Amino acid sequence: MKPTPFEYITVDSLEAALMHKKEHGDEAKLLAGGQSLIPSMNYRLAQPAILIDLNNINGLRYIKTENGELRIGTMTTQAAVEHNPIVAQAQPLIHETIPFIAHQQIRNRGTFGGSLAHADPASELPLIALALNAKFHAQSLDGERWVDAVDFIETMFTVDLTDDEILTEIAFPPFPKNTGWSFMEVSRRKGDYAMAGVAALVTLGEDGVCESARLVYLNVGDKAMDAKKAAALLAGEALTKAAIDAAADTAVNEEIMPFGSVHAAPEYQTHLSRVLTERALETAHQRAKMLLEGKN
Amino acid sequence: MKKSYPIQFTINGKAHSGEAEARMLLVDYLRTELGLTGTHIGCEHGVCGACTILVDGTPTRSCLMFAVQADGHDLKTVEGLAPSEDEMHPLQESFREAHALQCGFCTPGILMTLEPFLEKNPNPTEDDIREALSGNICRCTGYQHIVDATQLAAEKMAD
Repeated sequence: MKPTPFEYITVDSLEAALMHKKEHGDEAKLLAGGQSLIPSMNYRLAQPAILIDLNNINGLRYIKTENGELRIGTMTTQAAVEHNPIVAQAQPLIHETIPFIAHQQIRNRGTFGGSLAHADPASELPLIALALNAKFHAQSLDGERWVDAVDFIETMFTVDLTDDEILTEIAFPPFPKNTGWSFMEVSRRKGDYAMAGVAALVTLGEDGVCESARLVYLNVGDKAMDAKKAAALLAGEALTKAAIDAAADTAVNEEIMPFGSVHAAPEYQTHLSRVLTERALETAHQRAKMLLEGKN
Repeated sequence: MKKSYPIQFTINGKAHSGEAEARMLLVDYLRTELGLTGTHIGCEHGVCGACTILVDGTPTRSCLMFAVQADGHDLKTVEGLAPSEDEMHPLQESFREAHALQCGFCTPGILMTLEPFLEKNPNPTEDDIREALSGNICRCTGYQHIVDATQLAAEKMAD
């Protein structure tokens, strides 16, 4: 057996999980899908004394819309989000990105909230949550609070949750109007961690000029990297090749910090990010134009 | 002092009850406690796909699940694939006929990935098949014969 010994607690309600979390604090790790935690335990990188298994809390598995927001229960599997027609229709960027997460066998068990609470800078969901201004619902026995994506994901493997809190829901505001989207990444093999990746959003005004844009990168920093300066350069522009080039240069030269790995040197990650930025902006721009034309 | 937890599940259609230490991976339980050594252990971090089994009909890595988490669930391993002792599943037949395996280490995980895939996609394209296979690594075949075998199995199952 690979993992070190631990005490196993399974619960069928959020209240029971919160009670155990309050009692055990940081001795206890929450077990969601386990598709990152269990490998870490197999390698003994993680050696929790207690695991609180959330898999039998069916009340935390749901996808619904409320006041135009898409709300996803933390224990909803990534596969359930991938194949959900509401998500495909209301949040096309999420729908496009989920198939890039590992392999189908992993997405069948891996959870939406688990991946976000894990906050691996190479993973796709933190990037999407940031790009779409998601909100995170943290619950403890003492109360509840909402945290914006920009504050929730603090740094590598670190999120804004206290020892007695559980992430219960992720809410996405309505997808902005006249907005095209694109997610692209490059990995050595399908399903591997990407060497670089980007999500692009382009919002066009009725005149076809870019009103605002968003560029968020994965695996080129200690968390999902929001290239604000580059995005600001695109506002008010007609998204010509020159405008896209200028934004891509700013993003990769000033706003990402790739640290390299055995698979890709920082220079290569920068190169990939540069190429993906151009392609993703072009795709997002085309999609936004189609939305505008469809309306007129 | 080892602490064990009682577990009950269905495995290849039969009810099972036993007990396991919390840290025992499901794949280790299947192999060492139940003797179901058809499920292989490869990378133990979810990348290679050799340990793929069906949990409630869904392909799942049995190296990324603890045995105690199988409690109350319906499991199926490669031993449960053939309809009887002297009859093979069309996928197994096709793998033999199309030479879809050499060393065979990856084969059980691939079969357990493909069985529900063909249920849902009775008429798959080559691209569909390659996408479905992307979570299973084979170091012998170069995949072409696996793709051929999957197409052959789809044809057999349509008859």
